Amino acid sequence: MLHVLLVFSPLIGAVVAGFFGRAIGDRGAQTVTCGLMALSALCAVIGLGYVGGPAMKVEIVRWIQVGSFEADWALRVDSLSCVMMFVVSFCSFLIHVYSVGYMSHDPSVPRFMSYLSLFTFAMLMLVTSDNLIQLFFGWEGVGVASYLLIGFWYTRPSACAAAMKAFIVNRVGDFGLMLGIAGVYLVFDTVQYDQIFAMIPQAAGGRIVVWGFPLDTLDVLGFLLFVGAMGKSAQIGLHTWLPDAMEGPTPVSALIHAATMVTAGVFLVARFSPLYEHAPTALAFVAFIGATTAIFAATIGLTQFDIKRVIAYSTCSQLGYMFFACGVGAYQAAIFHLFTHAFFKALLFLGAGSVIHAMSDEQDMRRMGGIWNKIPYTYVLMWIGTLALIGFPGFAGYFSKDAILEAAWASHNPFHLYAFWMGLLAAILTAFYSGRLIWLTFHGTPRADRETMHHVHESPWIMLAPLFVLAAGAILAGWLGTGMVEVAEEEGASFWHGAIYTGEGNHVLHDLHGVPFFVSFAPFVAMAIGLGLSYLFYMARPDLPGRVAGAVRPLYRFLYNKWYFDELYDFLFVRSAKWLGFGLWKAGDQGVIDRFGPDGLAASTQFATKRIVRLQSGYLYHYAFAMLIGVAGLVTWYMLTAP
Amino acid sequence: MDTASPVVLNLSSALPEVVLFLSGLVLLVVGALREGEGAKGLSPFAVLVLLVVAAMILGGGQTAMVSLGGHFIFDGFAAFTKVVILVAAALSLLLARDYLIDEKVDRFEFPLLVLFAALGMCMMVSANSFIALYMGLELQSLAIYVLAAFQRDTLRSSEAGLKYFVLGSLASGMLLYGCSLVYGFTGTLRFDTLAAGFAIQGERGIDLQIGALVGLTFVAAGLAFKMAAVPFHMWTPDVYEGAPTPVTAFMASAPKVAAIALTLRVLMQPFGEWTDEWRQIVVFISVASMILGAFAAIGQTNFKRLMAYSGIGHVGYALIGLAAGTAGGIYGVLIYLVIYVAMTLGTFACIMMMRRGGRYVETIGDLSGLSTRQPMMALALAVFMFSLAGIPPLAGFFGKLYVFMAAVDAGLVPLAVIGVVTSVVGAYYYLRIVKVMYFDEPTEAFDGPNGLGLRLVAAGTAVFTVAFILLPGPFLNAAQNAAAALMTTP
Repeated sequence: MLHVLLVFSPLIGAVVAGFFGRAIGDRGAQTVTCGLMALSALCAVIGLGYVGGPAMKVEIVRWIQVGSFEADWALRVDSLSCVMMFVVSFCSFLIHVYSVGYMSHDPSVPRFMSYLSLFTFAMLMLVTSDNLIQLFFGWEGVGVASYLLIGFWYTRPSACAAAMKAFIVNRVGDFGLMLGIAGVYLVFDTVQYDQIFAMIPQAAGGRIVVWGFPLDTLDVLGFLLFVGAMGKSAQIGLHTWLPDAMEGPTPVSALIHAATMVTAGVFLVARFSPLYEHAPTALAFVAFIGATTAIFAATIGLTQFDIKRVIAYSTCSQLGYMFFACGVGAYQAAIFHLFTHAFFKALLFLGAGSVIHAMSDEQDMRRMGGIWNKIPYTYVLMWIGTLALIGFPGFAGYFSKDAILEAAWASHNPFHLYAFWMGLLAAILTAFYSGRLIWLTFHGTPRADRETMHHVHESPWIMLAPLFVLAAGAILAGWLGTGMVEVAEEEGASFWHGAIYTGEGNHVLHDLHGVPFFVSFAPFVAMAIGLGLSYLFYMARPDLPGRVAGAVRPLYRFLYNKWYFDELYDFLFVRSAKWLGFGLWKAGDQGVIDRFGPDGLAASTQFATKRIVRLQSGYLYHYAFAMLIGVAGLVTWYMLTAP
Repeated sequence: MDTASPVVLNLSSALPEVVLFLSGLVLLVVGALREGEGAKGLSPFAVLVLLVVAAMILGGGQTAMVSLGGHFIFDGFAAFTKVVILVAAALSLLLARDYLIDEKVDRFEFPLLVLFAALGMCMMVSANSFIALYMGLELQSLAIYVLAAFQRDTLRSSEAGLKYFVLGSLASGMLLYGCSLVYGFTGTLRFDTLAAGFAIQGERGIDLQIGALVGLTFVAAGLAFKMAAVPFHMWTPDVYEGAPTPVTAFMASAPKVAAIALTLRVLMQPFGEWTDEWRQIVVFISVASMILGAFAAIGQTNFKRLMAYSGIGHVGYALIGLAAGTAGGIYGVLIYLVIYVAMTLGTFACIMMMRRGGRYVETIGDLSGLSTRQPMMALALAVFMFSLAGIPPLAGFFGKLYVFMAAVDAGLVPLAVIGVVTSVVGAYYYLRIVKVMYFDEPTEAFDGPNGLGLRLVAAGTAVFTVAFILLPGPFLNAAQNAAAALMTTP
């Protein structure tokens, strides 16, 4: 009951605010959605008490039953879903409250609140699902909500384009996921998690023939599911939508594109740990992609000037960390990082929102600066978020990032050292661009015009209060969550209690506590180097960035243009698709189908009609002639065919 | 030949015809005596007579009986078709009342001619020999020749009557020639003896004599003329357009039923043994009618002319059931005829409501924007058009469904496919009328109010068309019995 209430109260909020928003007004919609989210968050906090218990199934209703195919609406409650429910509900509640202040001047408040609640419902459905079909429902539900929210300001062409891009790029990933689900059904004849997981050991080593190549069954399934995860979690190749998604209102960026939805991919991999543990090749691929994304996104983050885009690339990079943590077998560390990241990344986004709010909707860091003493609370909160992100000792990110890097070192994955060094390098870059963000935004000489500077003001308390709660989370989440990466004395007593499976040969969690000293110490050094460099570049010697950029101009341009991914995709896919579409339209549809189909048939019908009508001359002898010809014809026919 | 049967004048099986005939004579005398009153006074009685006779048939037994020296047969099939014919004739008379007055041709002969035509049609469907067949056919035809030229002062009407008469005579000639050939090759005119003889011939594995086959072809041509099937259809558009509208409505309904019913009887009973032979004619006529009906109607602007082509097409569809040559096919044809009659009479009722400034108008353009001016009339007409096009859930769809099903069951899949394709083409001109009524700019309103008879017929047939899906039971059962009766030779 608790969990049903937890999952469905956002849906009720979404329906009420969405359909009756006009009747209950802005205030009513805000009250209803926030109230129901508070209820959901409360349930989630209570639900944390279940952590460590065995998996439990809350059945709601039988959904589909066709032959041997069964799918229920059911909630799977175990440690993993409890943590996810807590993250989603709690962050969502805070962001709902923040939105009340942030969106106060918007003309369509009920619609916004409804979308937010709808998203929350879909996300909860995703994390609590008991089978792949329900997961897919939630997966697509968050996709739709994300589309609606990115394009919330639908009068802006750029917002609509970004919304479409997010949706379409996600379709690519979803295609992989769908194939994965179909493959799972093909192999295991069920979509229920518990049944699948129970059968995996027997399926290990099986072969599946793909285009003539016999491949390992579980590797194929793992790969396909991971393609879905790549799309949702913006991994390299399918990441292009995430920075553009910043067109949406800032609370959306915080909720969907930092704290919750983008981590769905990590959740999926963790949920399918029983499968990945038996699919070493797929796991190696996960580690490789994760590590590559971590470094790739961090390099782009160095050069961006839009405050939200910097944080977006940072998100991308942090998701890379989570994936390579999964890839090296430390799913627990990945979820730990997901947990801490939700707090500090939401804090950073909302803080950035507060800055944007203060700067009269300015997002370019080149036109900020010198405002730290005007908005002190925001300034402090942003520092807390930044320190947590770069892994300053004592802050949340320190614990989880350390665990990930240590796990990478201790693992036996073919890419574990690649992941470790890339992660370490990315840590330097993370510290650098985070510091750069702080220095550029708050320090130095004011670069905004006088009008804007005059208006700079601290955000109202309804926006600041959630920030304080998140800041507390950004500090404490690391201490609270260390249990996630502890090794239990006995299986039944662990934090996860079987929610995450680790294979017999997988001792990463144990080994990461025994890594050499320099491995434990390296992240701190990396952070210190990055932060120090950023101070040097943007505070002590403000002329340096320009000179460095000038010295390595091609590299700078390469990074500034985001590795030319958008241009490449535009050339490869968009243009060729357009060219193909145009060709099919002109030559195929108009030239062939229309010409010989509707148009041609209509024309020949008219032609035939004219001919037939002309037969009707009005002369009796013509008519009599026709009758005689008819009879003569019939008789002739019989004469010729008679036996 | 069956010479053993004693010649007994047993008229009980022909009682409906006797009543019709005597009533006709009485009304003739009454009409002649009170000539000044015109048709107004007689029409209600004629309608009453028709309906009473229909009720008599419905109430009476349906056991097969042969009488009048073996030339007359009464069975379930005859009963069913007679009821349809009589009701159609009665409804046509109801439709005619106002038109005759408006056009100043309100003469007492009109109901009488309809009555005698109905009598002729009843004789046709009860015919059990070629002599009876010809007699009924000619009685019917002569009455309708006169009806077509009823508006004798207008050029169009008299032209229509004359054309119909000349071509009808040609068709009758062909029919007679065919009858004589069959008689010459078989030595009998009676259907039951023909059937018995052919059955023995079939058992012995002897093919049908080519002469008899040619005779059958000529008979079929004569009948095809009456039902207006291609290539014996050419008179239809001109006559339908020229004849007074109530006459057109009558010609498009009852005589078509009679002609098709007679064809069913001739082909199924005496020539039942030679289904494979005559099927070729029926398939040809059916396909040609469907195609011509669909394509030629597209080019029409006159509504009555359009209905002529529509009728040609529908005969083609009905013949699909005959081509199947099974009980299911006959059943389909009978259902089709009932539904067709309802739709056609309803449509003509609407056409007769198209009166502007005291004059009857007939072009499709006159319907422009009807929905805003007379929404109920537009709705009724739309129902008929959708139904004629065969769009579910209206009655017209079921009519087509049963014949197509029968064709598919009989292995005539190409025929059913042609039927479906031509229905699609045909849908174009039916839907165009709906489009004109609902989407075009409104023009001047039609005169109102309409007479009770018109409104009654339009509303009744519209309700039948819409509600057929709800209560098809009685019709389907009756049609099934009728089809079964035709399949069992007495």
